[in-house]
Amino acid sequence: MIDVVDLSKSFGKLQVLRSITETIKDGEKVAIIGPSGSGKSTFLRCLNCLEDPTSGSIFFEGKDLADLRVDINLSRRHIGMVFQQFNLFNNKTVMGNITLAPVLVAKSERRKAMRHNTFAAVTNLFSKKKKEKLPVKSKKAIKAEAEENAMRLLERIGLADKAASYPSTLSGGQKQRIAIVRALAMNPKVMLFDEPTSALDPEMVGEVLELIKQVADEGMTMVIVTHEMGFAREVADRILFMDNGIILEQGTPEDIFTNPKQPRLKEFLSKVL
Amino acid sequence: MQAKWEVFYEKFITYDGWRTVVDGLVATLEISVFGLIIGIVLGTIIAAVKVMPKTNIFVRLLSLICDVYVGFFRGTPIVVQLLVGYFVLFPALDVRISALNAAIAIFGMNSGAYVSEIMRSGIQAVDGGQLEAARAVGLSFTTSMVKVVIPQAVKNILPTLGNEFIVLIKETSVASFITVVDITKAFKDIGSSNYEYIIPYLMLAAIYLVLVMIITFAIKLLERRLARVDRRS
Repeated sequence: MIDVVDLSKSFGKLQVLRSITETIKDGEKVAIIGPSGSGKSTFLRCLNCLEDPTSGSIFFEGKDLADLRVDINLSRRHIGMVFQQFNLFNNKTVMGNITLAPVLVAKSERRKAMRHNTFAAVTNLFSKKKKEKLPVKSKKAIKAEAEENAMRLLERIGLADKAASYPSTLSGGQKQRIAIVRALAMNPKVMLFDEPTSALDPEMVGEVLELIKQVADEGMTMVIVTHEMGFAREVADRILFMDNGIILEQGTPEDIFTNPKQPRLKEFLSKVL
Repeated sequence: MQAKWEVFYEKFITYDGWRTVVDGLVATLEISVFGLIIGIVLGTIIAAVKVMPKTNIFVRLLSLICDVYVGFFRGTPIVVQLLVGYFVLFPALDVRISALNAAIAIFGMNSGAYVSEIMRSGIQAVDGGQLEAARAVGLSFTTSMVKVVIPQAVKNILPTLGNEFIVLIKETSVASFITVVDITKAFKDIGSSNYEYIIPYLMLAAIYLVLVMIITFAIKLLERRLARVDRRS
């Protein structure tokens, strides 16, 4: 699904990632743990180029996202991202948050289809090879479809009654669950979670983790940066331990938590467990 | 005082001085309203350029042009800009527009420079996570700015933007430098027709004051309306 090859990232003189090579397979759930400043968030943010890699490649669906000629916006539609600070759009209602991107994407598809049809109508006059017309949805249908889909997702997380609310009126847990649903509304192929529970009150952590677990059980490919060791152990197929810009050790949760090899990992686990 | 009133009354009512004043008021409002609209559009574009990540040479060049633009309009007095624009630049470029339109254009460009700085601070006050989240769902930089960041920035800067409008209205009083008959010029003409300045000028001051008070009130209403987004549940 995602192939990271020789990825390095520096902020000025500070090298945060040192030549990381890693593959995330289809359907795999990968948790990344490690001390603060180890580069785990930066690594995650490089996967959808929110941070531009200094060198190296990130292959997603056969395209190198690190290549500036690749249209990153097209690829990002298939990579959902959930932030530590939720980052719901404050100027939009919950419904607006979820439907914004799907509606804009559908509208741009619509424009493309209409361009194609006009072009085809002209060329069909002269050429024997007839081009097929593409279906064009009305703007109303696009909006209705997106809203219907959003409503279904909101019902699933039990927040359908909040559809018309603004983010400022919601609790942290509600915000984060809506942020997850906003990412899901794009039907992503992979989801990236950047410490999704670190900014939550303790009593709201459970509901968010529960939702992430549900999404995981549906077979979504996931990369999760987390400090919740119990959660990582339960959900992940594979755990990466990062320290000082490299992946120091990796393995199944079993290996990492009961049989750590690196002294640095042992020390880390003794502090957090 | 009685005599002064009579002189003024004669000029203002009997000789139709009020028509000039109304026309002048309309001109003043036209220059400041259209000027502000041009200013907001220009200012938003300049601010968006200034906050763009400077990754390629094209953005850097654009940013440099904007710097020069803002530098020029903030670094020279508005009167000088009016004179240079209307008597030097426009004729040289063979742009034939009326003095009123020239004033609208120049005040608009001038205000664009100030609005750009206001807008930039407003955009930078919006949490960076908002732009990141919009980019992360696949929206382009421009779409993210237009749909997510700028609406929030505008809400933040509304009081300052209102201030800019007030400043603009007051600044238009120098429009007569390029032969525009605005409200200041209208009252000045009434006064100089018989050398009785007291009443026309006090009246002029009162009209500006009322205009500014109306705008202040309107901005407060608008602000309250926009603030509802934060409270409604």
